[in-house]
Amino acid sequence: MISIQTEDFSMADEYAAIRSKAGDAGAIVTFTGLVRELYQAADQVDPGDTVQSLFLEHYPGMTEKCLEDIQSQAIQRWPLLATRIIHRVGELKSHDQIVFVATASANRHAAFESAEFIMDYLKSEAPFWKKQKTAKESGWIESRNSDQAAIDRWQKR
Amino acid sequence: MLSIQYFASIREALDRGSEELELPENVGSVQGLIDYLLSTNPHFSVVFKEGNKVLVAVNQTVVDRDHPLSRHDEVAFFPPMTGG
Repeated sequence: MISIQTEDFSMADEYAAIRSKAGDAGAIVTFTGLVRELYQAADQVDPGDTVQSLFLEHYPGMTEKCLEDIQSQAIQRWPLLATRIIHRVGELKSHDQIVFVATASANRHAAFESAEFIMDYLKSEAPFWKKQKTAKESGWIESRNSDQAAIDRWQKR
Repeated sequence: MLSIQYFASIREALDRGSEELELPENVGSVQGLIDYLLSTNPHFSVVFKEGNKVLVAVNQTVVDRDHPLSRHDEVAFFPPMTGG
């Protein structure tokens, strides 16, 4: 199941929900992404300048389509019993929860690997863009080469 | 009508989120559309300047610049994604 939402989510509720859908799962992996204070310190922000808020823009329609596709790829690749993806959009503050991925499977390897696979693809293929605002300035965050490297790793396997 | 959407830094640079366009007869591909847009509006040269990575989606799927275009396609221009 996939949700794009402005509202926060409850890790406990989401865990309970996937657990109830996961049948005879032996493993559930959950990942939560948070807004960092020093999000992209290197070139865009002065050291010591901290992120006050983050604006998450997305492409309605394509976002859902893209996440459905990533989820389908994960289901084809690993024997998953249940999956859950939540991504927040709009205005967020530092330390807020931004993304949630959960996968359930009979064994831990499939659950760990598929959760990482979903996050790696989400980061470089799902149409979301972050704009950060610090005390001094605001600007769009640039993509990192390491995100593409994470994808290449899955394609080599 | 062709529907064109712009996101993030590109939306801000052009000061618009979307527009509709009658597909010009001589425009048959994404690159053709980019060339046409560049010829009609100087703001596009800022967006498509060298070294500025711009991704293109047609009907909500990322495509290459030689991808063909039809009259009722939904085209979107945006920078590399930074979600998660």
